[in-house]
Amino acid sequence: MDLNNTPEEAAFRNEVRTWLAANLPSDLQEKVTRYQHLSREDLVLWHKILAAKGWSVPHWPVEWGGTGWDITQRYIFDEEMGFAGAPGQAPFGPVMCAAVLMRFGTEPQKNRFLPRMRDGEDFWVQGYSEPGAGSDLASLKTRAERQGDHYLVNGQKIWTTLGHYGDWIFCLVRTDATVEKRQEGISFLLIDMKTPGITVRPLILMDGSHEVNEIFFENVKVPIENLVFEENKGWTVAKYLLGHERMGSARTGGLRREMTALKTLAAKEQRDGKALMEDIRFRDRVSRTEIELDALELTAMRFLDKMRKSGQPPGADVSMLKIRGTEIQQMITELMMQAVGPNSQPFAAVNDGHVDPYASRLAPRYFNYRKASIYAGSNEIQKNIIAKMTLGL
Amino acid sequence: MDFDYSEEQQQLADSLQKYLAANYGFEARKKTLDSEAGFSQSAWSAFADIGLTALPFDNEAGGFGGGAVDMMPAMEAFGEALVVEPLLDHVALASRLVATVGTPSQRDAVLPALLAGSRKATLAHLERGRRYALEPVNTVVLKAGDGWRLDGEKIVVLGAAAADVLVVSAQISHGPGCPVSGGTGLFLVDRQAAGVKLSTYRTVDGQRAADVTFIGVMLPPDALLGGEEQKGQALTHLEEAIDFATALLCADAAGAMKSATDATLEYTRGRKQFGIAIASFQALQHRMVDMFIACEEARSMAILAACRVDAARGLTDEVSVAARKKAVSAAMVKVADAARLVSQESVQLHGGMGMTEEMKISHTFRRLTASVQRFGDADHHLARYAGIG
Repeated sequence: MDLNNTPEEAAFRNEVRTWLAANLPSDLQEKVTRYQHLSREDLVLWHKILAAKGWSVPHWPVEWGGTGWDITQRYIFDEEMGFAGAPGQAPFGPVMCAAVLMRFGTEPQKNRFLPRMRDGEDFWVQGYSEPGAGSDLASLKTRAERQGDHYLVNGQKIWTTLGHYGDWIFCLVRTDATVEKRQEGISFLLIDMKTPGITVRPLILMDGSHEVNEIFFENVKVPIENLVFEENKGWTVAKYLLGHERMGSARTGGLRREMTALKTLAAKEQRDGKALMEDIRFRDRVSRTEIELDALELTAMRFLDKMRKSGQPPGADVSMLKIRGTEIQQMITELMMQAVGPNSQPFAAVNDGHVDPYASRLAPRYFNYRKASIYAGSNEIQKNIIAKMTLGL
Repeated sequence: MDFDYSEEQQQLADSLQKYLAANYGFEARKKTLDSEAGFSQSAWSAFADIGLTALPFDNEAGGFGGGAVDMMPAMEAFGEALVVEPLLDHVALASRLVATVGTPSQRDAVLPALLAGSRKATLAHLERGRRYALEPVNTVVLKAGDGWRLDGEKIVVLGAAAADVLVVSAQISHGPGCPVSGGTGLFLVDRQAAGVKLSTYRTVDGQRAADVTFIGVMLPPDALLGGEEQKGQALTHLEEAIDFATALLCADAAGAMKSATDATLEYTRGRKQFGIAIASFQALQHRMVDMFIACEEARSMAILAACRVDAARGLTDEVSVAARKKAVSAAMVKVADAARLVSQESVQLHGGMGMTEEMKISHTFRRLTASVQRFGDADHHLARYAGIG
């Protein structure tokens, strides 16, 4: 048993930290740590800064621009990015679609898409969920009919995060509606969002933010070379991708930074002439949350150690990191909002300029992060996965 | 970073598990519980043979130089098997305090038999009305001639009747009417000494304990552990010892939780209602997933506590000590919450059978309930954790 980084790992951590301190633009950092809106330009700018350093896609194979870091280094990198308050990378292209292309893509597809993904030239988004197909994804209905050298796509996707920033969208579509087993008639398509017939409609969330969208497809022509893997074999691709989505979901670096911010905030806020942090009721709730975070960090490290030694991806039980990570994230956002008391009341979304720019974002953030236990496979679905795959129930 | 046990640690765990599987089943344990002493001498000898009574002691004292992490695999196995012999009290607390605080001559006189397992010591530190406070108030020693005179009371002293020696925390008084305390001392007290009276009972989890009164107990001059040199340091040492034991208790609880969760999974797979196994019900599946996650997190925190205790071993600087205290208290809070969830849910999911003495699960329930209150409950440790900042 040893909880410490090796000297090499500590040196690597220091290298990442030093680089971030010098290269993370302070306005971006401020937007992240003060919970402000990040524009497409912000995200692309940061991606390009990372790409110039060669760090935009650390987990990729070296021949495609990966760093060759081992899994521990990648964890340290993610953690340091979180500590520093760097904008999170939208995972849809560099993590999810890239994993699919590396595994299932043709050489022309890889050559066409991967370099632009790495360099931040194309912004990718995900077209999975539909109004009638959420946790039960295989019931999706968006149709793609083969017509000569293209598919004709009709239907609707929903919950497309940052869909309004998207250049490209990868979609699960139904190419055969006649098969009895629903999973067998699905295909994985790459769609240029500039294609005529695509409409992006914002879905404004209860915090006033525009993050997610509905996407409508009306007679959208998609060249057949944009099919990934075989027709009607998209479910294989989808399952592979969902496995990838669960891997990095603990986000311990960012949570640790926010925990520190929460304690700083509670030390500054007053209650009955004393720091709120000295109010035992509040302090205990903060401490309990911090202890939960300790447990999450240690558990994430245990998964990492196991993966490092076995060279294998984690088992289904890694879903516990998603469950606990999102629960802790939600606890922190709630405590942050409560820490500022009545100053959490003015609504940042509709009051510009004359409200406290920090405090007024804490309630919206609390609202916004209710999403965390719903997205990326709801926490209930994660429990189903552990029950079935790990516990054999 | 490395979360595996070393080869030696794993070997110790394997031989212990082998012994427990063969000799410490539910029925064998029940026999011990029902016996007069509530203690199996043969089990204790086996633990000594495996090396557990000498593990966390320096080589020059005849030990194996182990720390909390080295003890962890044994404690996890103890928790799974619900071992009732109080290794924590005898070895991790009392023997270890003699080793860390004692003078060379005290160590030479007392430790060999303790490490060999032929004699046992136990710690008496809790006082009536003082909950988990470490500073003694109701147990007082006075200088008396060359030696000392001890008066007072300790409660819930585990393994007291089986112990040959009591390590007793007491306030050193300068004399009747003198308001100045001479601080806390740890005293070696022969359990058979005149004036030592045990009122023995069983604890809720089947261990043997006693409330111990001391009336005019005359102690020899060298009864003060560590002698004059260590005076004033006793509380610091006591706190470290309790932290060491708490880290191990967390591992014990993690083992007990794992056993409760495994038993619950097995039971719900076999139990049929409405024509199907109740394990197929999602309402139950999600609860078992919560139990499983709680077990893993508890184990993570037990590891954290043991590693931080070992890292701070022998160090007195504020940073190392604070890191130790914080990790131990964080672990105990998490383990207490997890133990409560796992023990309550395991009984609930066993239904009526879970309530009966016939099922191991009810014994695990009681073990976990007692464990998370032994060295401070969740509230106690939460306050301690928060107080460190």
